[in-house]
Amino acid sequence: MKPVAIRSPLDDETISRLKSGDWVLITGIIYVARDAAHMKMIEALDRNEPLPFDVRGQTIYYMGPAPAKPGQPIGSAGPTTSGRMDSFTPRLLVEGLKVMIGKGKRTQVVKDAMIKHRAVYLAAVGGAGALISRSIRKSEIIAYADLGPGAVLRLEVEDFPAIVVNDIYGGDLYQEGQAKYRMELK
Amino acid sequence: MKIRVIPSQDIVETVARLCQEANYFLPEDVFRALEKARETEESPLGRETLGQILTNARLARVEEMAICQDCGVAVVFLEVGQDVHITGGELYDAVNEGVRRGYEQGYLRKSMVSPPHISRVNTRDNTPAVIHTDIIPGDRLRITVMPKGGGSENMSRLFMLSPGQGRQGVIEAVIRAVDEAGSNPCPPVIVGVGIGGTAEKAMTLAKKATLRPIGSANPVEENARLEQELLRRVNALGIGPEGFGGRITALAVHVETFPAHLASLPVAVSLQCHAARQKEAVL
Repeated sequence: MKPVAIRSPLDDETISRLKSGDWVLITGIIYVARDAAHMKMIEALDRNEPLPFDVRGQTIYYMGPAPAKPGQPIGSAGPTTSGRMDSFTPRLLVEGLKVMIGKGKRTQVVKDAMIKHRAVYLAAVGGAGALISRSIRKSEIIAYADLGPGAVLRLEVEDFPAIVVNDIYGGDLYQEGQAKYRMELK
Repeated sequence: MKIRVIPSQDIVETVARLCQEANYFLPEDVFRALEKARETEESPLGRETLGQILTNARLARVEEMAICQDCGVAVVFLEVGQDVHITGGELYDAVNEGVRRGYEQGYLRKSMVSPPHISRVNTRDNTPAVIHTDIIPGDRLRITVMPKGGGSENMSRLFMLSPGQGRQGVIEAVIRAVDEAGSNPCPPVIVGVGIGGTAEKAMTLAKKATLRPIGSANPVEENARLEQELLRRVNALGIGPEGFGGRITALAVHVETFPAHLASLPVAVSLQCHAARQKEAVL
């Protein structure tokens, strides 16, 4: 399996080339937010207040890291379950969010919104937080520090490993992968 | 018979150590089962995924860092010999102090929030632990720390079956739980199944079943056969490592049973992720 190197933020041309099942190595800037931060971001939009960062064209990683040991940028840093973000995601896609990284399946509403707004969903390997932390060069809290492991972070990553789950053409690795190996037993 | 004294301070230090070791060092049997899974997995994506999972476990061990950033709820199982006398403080206070120190000093993520249904403020030290206590014969205290991640715990299921649904009903319930969980609990999983008792008894049995050494058979032959059949059926689902598709959805299925009320057939399913962390000590 040969991974494809891509830069974040992703341009539309790169997004259009991604297909479900592709391994990618991401280099560049990604933002971190999980459910509590998403709730606050949606509240900010409801009040017509600016988001902690401009989501247009950006990548959000669903993650809450373990504390960094001295001298390291971050602790273990694998993905959390994306389903908890499903109710907030379509709104952020309207705002221009292009890439999400997490683990686990999304609802049909989110998948439809991804196709409509030409956005993709990638999975990182859940439970591989130590390995993933090696691809994070720098981490800074940019909002909601009171949320502890739920704060919004800006990460600089290099060769961050992920796999395309939902592409802009309706491809869904979770469905396709399972269908390929599912066996009917009597 | 003589009462054996265990100072609560020993419990604090032991729990603190176990919290860290459990989070850094994947148990050997889990590691071997994952290696075997990589050899047998037919899906190229599945093999690549298992490779990353194994590399991660090695890295965490060498660097003494958390295998997974979700360092879990500290679930602590205590088996207290009835001839043990704990001095210098309360047992549960000692366990919680151990969790507090272990998580703080070990650079482990604190994930507990309270109250759970309203403001959800982080308790900042990962307490309180969820503690299960059994009183057993003897003068020893066995402590098992199982850091349990939210992603897999959220996929737990309880089915209060009608007794007439019987063995087939149990199979259908387990398969449904694993199928609906899909990629969420970070497969390949260990499936714990608790059959019988009451609702909470079945759930506790299911959780404890995930602690058994991987692939160890239930001593009752018909239960061991059920475990084998369930494992075959779970792996026929095709979910595969991380849900990317493949032959290895579960490393093992462990069944535990308890007699039930004549009107009841509770079936509980507890899923443990591939980062199946646990560490025990005997004082």
